[in-house]
Amino acid sequence: MKEGFRQAMAWLHTWAGLTFGWLLFAIFLTGTLAYFKDETSHWMQPEIPARSVSSEASLNVAQNYLEQHAAGASRWLIELPDDREPGLSVRWQQTPAKRGERGQFTEKHLDPQTGAEVQGRETSGGEFFYRFHFQLQMPYPWGRWLSTIAAMVMFVALISGIITHKKIFKDFFTFRPRKGQRSWLDGHNAVAVLVLPFHLMITYSSLVIFMSMVMPASILASYRGDVRGFFDEVFPASTTPELSGQPAALAPLAPLLEKAREQWGGGRTGRLTVNNPGDTNASVVLVRDGADRVVHDFGSAVTFNGVTGQLLGTTPEPSLPRAIAGSFYGLHMGHFAGPVLRWLYFVFGLAGTAMIGTGLVIWLGKRQLKHAKSAAMPFELRLVEVLNIAGMSGLMVAVAAFFWANRLLPLGLAGRAAWEVNAFFIVWGLSVLHAVVRRGRRAWVEQLALAALLFGAVPLLNALTTPYHLGASLAQGDWAMAGFDLTCLATGVFFTWAAWKMQRAAQPERVIRVRAQPITLEQEAH
Amino acid sequence: MKGKTRSLPVSYRLAVASRVLAAVLGGYIVAALASVSLSSWVPMARADAVVTGMMASFLAYLGAVIWCFACRTAGRAWLGLIVPGLMLAAVSGLAYWVGRS
Repeated sequence: MKEGFRQAMAWLHTWAGLTFGWLLFAIFLTGTLAYFKDETSHWMQPEIPARSVSSEASLNVAQNYLEQHAAGASRWLIELPDDREPGLSVRWQQTPAKRGERGQFTEKHLDPQTGAEVQGRETSGGEFFYRFHFQLQMPYPWGRWLSTIAAMVMFVALISGIITHKKIFKDFFTFRPRKGQRSWLDGHNAVAVLVLPFHLMITYSSLVIFMSMVMPASILASYRGDVRGFFDEVFPASTTPELSGQPAALAPLAPLLEKAREQWGGGRTGRLTVNNPGDTNASVVLVRDGADRVVHDFGSAVTFNGVTGQLLGTTPEPSLPRAIAGSFYGLHMGHFAGPVLRWLYFVFGLAGTAMIGTGLVIWLGKRQLKHAKSAAMPFELRLVEVLNIAGMSGLMVAVAAFFWANRLLPLGLAGRAAWEVNAFFIVWGLSVLHAVVRRGRRAWVEQLALAALLFGAVPLLNALTTPYHLGASLAQGDWAMAGFDLTCLATGVFFTWAAWKMQRAAQPERVIRVRAQPITLEQEAH
Repeated sequence: MKGKTRSLPVSYRLAVASRVLAAVLGGYIVAALASVSLSSWVPMARADAVVTGMMASFLAYLGAVIWCFACRTAGRAWLGLIVPGLMLAAVSGLAYWVGRS
């Protein structure tokens, strides 16, 4: 360790960044993709039509359907469509044979206009990226723990990076292109500083989201070890009346939406739960959609009697500390973001991903300079190189493979959704093998070119395998479908450029490396 | 860095390992104690105090980690965690004793 506070922080920044860099890269990339979770799911399940129908009309459709098909159920759950998630889905729970048992759930997707059942292809959808982002495809709760630990390391890396980089604003306006290592460092600083508030917000909020899991000491101390007591106090369960056994017709549900809107000062209902439909003690719980405000409040709900429509209860507004925690949650998830803000979230997320990626490239580049003349690279540098290639370009190829699997796997395949995920991991694994076998630059160029090809051809693939090609989606104004195709095309173009740059940089590599040696980089960012 | 680290003595590596241990484990314990002390003394409803304590704990953790790598020796790093750790434990213990928690 070197003397001096800034040097010490540079050391911390470097090694915290390196050890968790690849994991953080994958977390940032999948999290960024998850901002378009619903749009991705729409592309991956194009059979479910995008229709703009009012909540009231959709709810009437759902109620009609459920009264015909699930009259004897103990509970109905209705997920209303919104601007981003066009599907209307209903679930119901069978009355359990014995008391205390959990009844079976059945789920159906309905066309909100006609009420007909819609059969979408089986898919993991955008949900896969969302889940991977914080569960890392690991069993509960290990993935959540690992991703939260990674978040804490990210927090340390960010703050130590800021301390290291004291001329933060002056250097921000310095970008020296075509200077090899220097340009990477300038780029790293630029994407870091440009959206620094976003990086800080996203990192700190991810800790807040899982705080009761990773930092339960104060709960255990204040509640004398009774963790349930804490959750019952924070999320009071709405008490609903018991089954009376007297049959009574359920009142139309649609007017309750307007009543809930009055309660929430204009807030919209996201989903409804109907308990004991067809009973005199039927109750309807309307849960607020999180999309209309920043502060996320779990289970903000109003409850009505299902027969008389009488208001039974509302959940209280959250207190200030809980509203602050809720707003960190809301800011992280970005449910409230409209199209423009959502794109900003996406771009900022990409900037975060690029910041991590450039950091990893800088670490290796600096150390490679010292071995430019020798034929073989030391093992640890080669290891970092392989992980860099597979962790970045390999992951991109895997994401594209996931989309291709959605279109190419046979529709009737058993476990189709799981096979999409398998395709993702198989391709990611192959990218590691490829990076081991091929030499550094060549592996970069080949994987980037493959990613360019796979992404660039997504609109073509979509046109060949479904009737929802760009011509159709643009004509219908289905922006989620068209936007997905166009974004993939743009990604393909970007990777083509990246592969081309890598290819060109590869040729005079020897010369530049030897000449670059005397350039001493600043003490920053070791 | 590699060329240099190869020549670095074992004692240096042990000192780094000791700092890492202090930062990860010691830092966590200090953060946990900070959340307990804060939540037992802020004048708020119990659930709100706990939420406040948990949110603040990550800042304590961050500070502890930075301290562990900023100070001159690994011994100081430990000392700088143990002293505030004991103080925070005393503060939470006091709260427990007077029955505020």
